[in-house]
Amino acid sequence: MSKTIACPICDAEIEKPNDAIQGELLTCADCGSELEVTSLEPFSVEEAPQEEEDWGE
Amino acid sequence: MHSLIRKDEKFLIEEIRSRRDIELMMIDDRKLTFDLGRDEFPFDVVLERCINHSRALHALKLFESAGVKCVNNSAVALICGDKLLTSDALTKHGVPQPKIKIAFTEASALQAIEEMGYPVVLKPAVGSWGRLLSKVNDRDAAESILEHKAILGTYHHSIFYIQEYIEKRGGDIRCFVIGNECVAAIYRTSEHWITNTAKGGVAGNCVLTDELRNISLQAAQAVGGGVVAVDLFETENGLLVNEVNYTMEFKNSIEVTGINIPKFIVDYVVGIAMGKSDG
Repeated sequence: MSKTIACPICDAEIEKPNDAIQGELLTCADCGSELEVTSLEPFSVEEAPQEEEDWGE
Repeated sequence: MHSLIRKDEKFLIEEIRSRRDIELMMIDDRKLTFDLGRDEFPFDVVLERCINHSRALHALKLFESAGVKCVNNSAVALICGDKLLTSDALTKHGVPQPKIKIAFTEASALQAIEEMGYPVVLKPAVGSWGRLLSKVNDRDAAESILEHKAILGTYHHSIFYIQEYIEKRGGDIRCFVIGNECVAAIYRTSEHWITNTAKGGVAGNCVLTDELRNISLQAAQAVGGGVVAVDLFETENGLLVNEVNYTMEFKNSIEVTGINIPKFIVDYVVGIAMGKSDG
């Protein structure tokens, strides 16, 4: 299974971290976009949800 | 229970997975449903790590109604998630904090602001990460901001939470309280008057003095205890509590303090699961 995919925003190569967890936030090293790991097998990411009014601590 | 899994959650997951006596179940709040009155959950305790305050608050309440222990519990989430309720709890317990005034209309809010004296800070009662904070320097600004909040905001933006402006001398303090213990503290410094790390504030280690421990424990107890981050201002007259956070973020604080904050949190959660009232 491919361990690299294309960033959905800028097409740069994104490598699956060894300790990736579904739902994890990743940052594209090229464009800085925040991405969410939506699947581990096969490895896939989507642009992460945008900040909402009730997000926080 | 989680939303997006951030570095903070990853640290907690790693700590939990390092222990043989804990079975971890991941609950994504985006996929979570409840069947009121019929739910039975196969776990001893929920560790809440949601990004959405509204989801966390309601889910915690429903888990508790189904007999599941939660960290933090819904009562703590309710108080800490609303600055008005937090300030009320702090007042009741005699915890030092900046002066606070509350109003519900533009006119009464303007009156309250003028009584307090400029500058003041206007905050949404429910909000985080330094969002929608206003430093109001004069009457012109007050009238404009109050009008914008009343007209452009949803109804909760007309709960006007007015806080005395405290000159922060470059930063503020965050103290991590877990159960009955202050485990670590950081300074958050920034050129800007808003020092949240989400807004670019930088974390550095802060020594835990007796004064800092005492007021932080007092604040934690005032809101119901658990795993909380107490944010404080340093003033000439001593420390003041600004707010208390119940889904505390700590990823930038482990290295600078040298304290394994995730371990303390997981120890506490295990204690709650085993029936200890203080983790």
